[in-house]
Amino acid sequence: MILNPAKRELLAQELLEAEGLAPEGRSLTKDALRRLGRNKAAVLSIAVLTLLILAAFLGPWFIPFNYEDPDWAAFRIPPSIETGHYFGTDPNGRDLLARVLYGTRVSLAVALTATVVSVVIGVLYGAVSGYIGGRLDAIMMRFVDIMYALPYILFVILLMVIFGRNVYLLFAAIGALEWLTMARIVRGQTLSIKHREFIEAARASGQRPFKIIVKHIIPNLVGPVVIFAALTVPEIIATESFLSYLGFGVQEPLTSLGTLIAEGTDAMESMPWLLIFPASFLVALLLSLLFIGDGLRDAFDPKDR
Amino acid sequence: MNQFTKKFLASAMFGTLLAFSAHAATLNIHNGGDPQSLDPQKLSGDWENRIAGDIFEGLVTEDAKDNPVPGQAESWTISPDGKVYTFKLRDGIKWSDGQPVTAGDFVFAFQRLVDPKNAADYAYLQFTIKNAEKINKGEITDLNQLGVKAIDDKTLEITLENPTPYFLNALMHYTAYPLPKHVVEAKGQDWVKIGNIVTNGPYKPVEWVPGSHVTTVKNDQWYDTKDLKIDGAKFFVLEDQEAALKRYRAGEFDIMTDFPTDQYEWMKKNLPGQAHVAPFLATYYYVLNAQKPPFNDKRVRQALSMAVNREVIGPQILGTQEPPAYSWVPPGTANYGEPAYVSWKDLPYKDKVEEAKKLLAEAGFGPDHPLKAQLRYNTNDNHKRVAVAIASMWKPLGVQVELYNAETKVHYDEMQRGQVEIGRAGWIADYNDPDNFLNLLTTGVAMNYGRWSNPDYDKLIKEGNAETDIGKRAEIFKKAEQLALDDSAAIPLYYYVSKNVVSPKIEGFVDNIQDIHRTRWLSMKE
Amino acid sequence: MIKYALRRLLSTIPVLWIAVTACFFVLRLAPGGPFDGERPLPPVILKNLAVHYNLDKPLIQQYLIYVGDLLRGDLGPSFASEDFTVAQQIMIGLPYTFTIGTAAFLIAIIVGVAVGCLGALYQNKAPDYILGALILVGVVLPNFLIAPILQLIFGIHLAWFPVGGWGDGSIKYLILPIVVLALPHAGRISRITRGSMIEVMNQNFIRTAKAKGIGPRLTVMRHALKPALMPVVSYLGPAASYLLTGSLVVESIFGLPGIGRYFVNAALNRDYGMVLGTVIFYMVLIVFLNLLVDIAYAWLDPKVRNR
Repeated sequence: MILNPAKRELLAQELLEAEGLAPEGRSLTKDALRRLGRNKAAVLSIAVLTLLILAAFLGPWFIPFNYEDPDWAAFRIPPSIETGHYFGTDPNGRDLLARVLYGTRVSLAVALTATVVSVVIGVLYGAVSGYIGGRLDAIMMRFVDIMYALPYILFVILLMVIFGRNVYLLFAAIGALEWLTMARIVRGQTLSIKHREFIEAARASGQRPFKIIVKHIIPNLVGPVVIFAALTVPEIIATESFLSYLGFGVQEPLTSLGTLIAEGTDAMESMPWLLIFPASFLVALLLSLLFIGDGLRDAFDPKDR
Repeated sequence: MNQFTKKFLASAMFGTLLAFSAHAATLNIHNGGDPQSLDPQKLSGDWENRIAGDIFEGLVTEDAKDNPVPGQAESWTISPDGKVYTFKLRDGIKWSDGQPVTAGDFVFAFQRLVDPKNAADYAYLQFTIKNAEKINKGEITDLNQLGVKAIDDKTLEITLENPTPYFLNALMHYTAYPLPKHVVEAKGQDWVKIGNIVTNGPYKPVEWVPGSHVTTVKNDQWYDTKDLKIDGAKFFVLEDQEAALKRYRAGEFDIMTDFPTDQYEWMKKNLPGQAHVAPFLATYYYVLNAQKPPFNDKRVRQALSMAVNREVIGPQILGTQEPPAYSWVPPGTANYGEPAYVSWKDLPYKDKVEEAKKLLAEAGFGPDHPLKAQLRYNTNDNHKRVAVAIASMWKPLGVQVELYNAETKVHYDEMQRGQVEIGRAGWIADYNDPDNFLNLLTTGVAMNYGRWSNPDYDKLIKEGNAETDIGKRAEIFKKAEQLALDDSAAIPLYYYVSKNVVSPKIEGFVDNIQDIHRTRWLSMKE
Repeated sequence: MIKYALRRLLSTIPVLWIAVTACFFVLRLAPGGPFDGERPLPPVILKNLAVHYNLDKPLIQQYLIYVGDLLRGDLGPSFASEDFTVAQQIMIGLPYTFTIGTAAFLIAIIVGVAVGCLGALYQNKAPDYILGALILVGVVLPNFLIAPILQLIFGIHLAWFPVGGWGDGSIKYLILPIVVLALPHAGRISRITRGSMIEVMNQNFIRTAKAKGIGPRLTVMRHALKPALMPVVSYLGPAASYLLTGSLVVESIFGLPGIGRYFVNAALNRDYGMVLGTVIFYMVLIVFLNLLVDIAYAWLDPKVRNR
């Protein structure tokens, strides 16, 4: 059956109106947001995340200490109200609260940049490759295979070593690694979707391939992409802390949650506050991101459960 | 099944057997890294020394306090000019395969050490021997020109370039161990493989799983085997010190050869008496590039040196009480007495800082014209802490420091090229003598990272080296040291301490300045 | 299928060659050489070492020597070890990494899929939340934090397992390392499975099956499982390579003599031969695993198979 595009739009309009939902064209998004609002865990997570972000970016203004100057009178002290070091100090006498807030800022920046890079590149690459198929797909996936075949840490070390240590390079390197997996997953999903009836219909009705990719395939990828993106953030933060652990990540006096946790792990029994505070921030951050990710996925799912 | 799988299974089975011989007193030592080799001429690290010194023995060996005592040689005489040593080898010394150890084995070993073909890392340690350096450089090609001769099977004669008071100490080093000529010539490169290797020390190696451990057992061909209380040792490879400490607490290790500094307070409370911290013959310092302005200005160097609050580094920043260093040669070095000190050593810290500010102002620097510098160190937690602390100590002087860390190899590559402005370095003594430290500041030496050069200093060092009387020699060296300190040739920060954790089951472990504890002097209570 | 597999394998040889060549030259660009260290060697010794290892020859010549040796199966000497060549070190370390890696991989899949299915089955009810929370621990905390915590609890305080080492290879030495290695992946796999299951269960063909009256949810899930596993299979390729890098941390904390630590240490030590050796080994392994993943795809989704 060949449907006239104009008639199709009209039909869609009528169906939506019949369900009593917003008659506007972008109703899918609004609809999803409404669904998200009903998910208690997701809403709570958004609140927590916002709080963390605010604390990380605005908090340092309110604290008398900064993250790099040692307080010579207070080395390695546990949290206390009197000294003003609410989270205690580290072996270099630096205030832990300031460092945790600063570290959160850095970790967020790394994670955001790397995720955005990996999602944008990965989705486009995977969808195009999966949909076009054939030779192009084979070549594109061959390239992904080659990239995969290099042990990633070696790749990053080589980059760092030749171009010097640089936080921006770090972000770029991590982002450049994560898009590969995203592309693979997206391609896999595209392969499954592209033979479905509504795609066949769109193709039959004469829509250009790129439009099909953008309008029909990508929106249907949102589920796994969102889940994977939400799962990628902890991985990116872990990668960054692993690199810092080796000496390649964020350099002194800058710090990140991962670095703080690596330092805190070593002092688990002798100075537990060094571990508890950064770890709690990390857990809160990641859990909230995960729940938000889940909520988004459920919200975008066109079929209600 | 290929060769390696067979070996793997064999070692696994052997290891199981060893594990089950419960009555055998096996010492489990946490050793840090994997040895480069079991061939003593291919080593360069203290963790490798621990294994080599148990399985091989030189003419002279260390007692529990690290003093030289007769080893494979039972006695020796020294010529009046101090240049010729004649050693009489002990009766009945044998290799672990039963073959006798002869003077020829020593000649073979020394010749192999300096032979440029073998590219031995540490050959330079024995450059005091006549013609050793020339042969190693390729200037002499006949190995027999080396000043090591076998008069007969039991007598060895060594001729030196200069009288060297520390020569006996140098003979304890692994570069002076004999090698089983008959095995090395027969098996070539493979002579070190477990199954081929033959040694002359109290123990012999029986298993090596790279990345895990090296196992040794008593060598029944050694002359004093019946006196050994420990039946064998396992040297474990584990670079993560926190994990190593946990294994120690679980009883899997009896001795740890290093521990994380943060745990010292905790260990004092929870494992009383087990953490050993003792003076160690090594200096931790920063070099300033004496060729690059503004560090070529002596006032700048002195200011930076004075502004460091050395007294907090050991106790507070590191936590293991490393003593502050105001001299270049560590106190306690043999053949020296009390070292020279900087003139401002005893000023209160406040005054030091004031003086430093004044000096910097004279040199043209201050808060309105800040001194900018890059401080480099190799990636390591302790180096980081010290660097962060010192950068903050220099801040009030208006000095802006950029911290830069690099992997060890890159760091030293840059240092050797004289590229750094301020760089961190450490020097652990190869042998117990001031010459080993003073050498670091001589012109033209690769280790002189700051490229500080002073012809008067060089002259004094040369003079000292030619002097036979130990007292006079020390005087000359002290003059040189004072000269270097007055010119702030480098910034000594602290003297290392040796850190060990020793189970209360172990007896005979004596803290000493070179941190050498041969298994033959230890025993274990059950 | 076999022809396809062979074709794939053969086509990777040029890729392998390009990658190795690129690595070879790029490594030399890195500052610092294999013999720079805390105690610098006198120039005469450095010269001797360079000659000994052919490092004084022009780079192209060194490259040709390397390729020549490679074709004969010789991966060359390792700078970090005098007594073992690159090939020997890899062969000795391989069984250890392989054992815990494979075990962790299988456990991660089994536990992950099981927990994911349970989560989908009891979606938004108590078991879903509880399991979900537990599994999140593995995803959220870094493995270099989990390992010491487990060592502390199970190795020291409860003393159920040894704190580290391979010992005689009996299972008690392997449990903690395998758990640490598997945990993050079990977590991710369970989340992917759960999400994917939920999606598939809501699709038309399942709804049709349910409407037709096909049994309890469990049976329905069995029908949903195959297509639901597609994203999981996508994850398996990278999972295998992450396991190898995860093994770096696990092996170094538990003191296991596997090959994980070679990757980073070799680069840091400028042990050129070892770096290239591990790159080659790693690439071959990954290519092989990717092939398996593609075959699994084809098996799981009939639509793809018939392409």
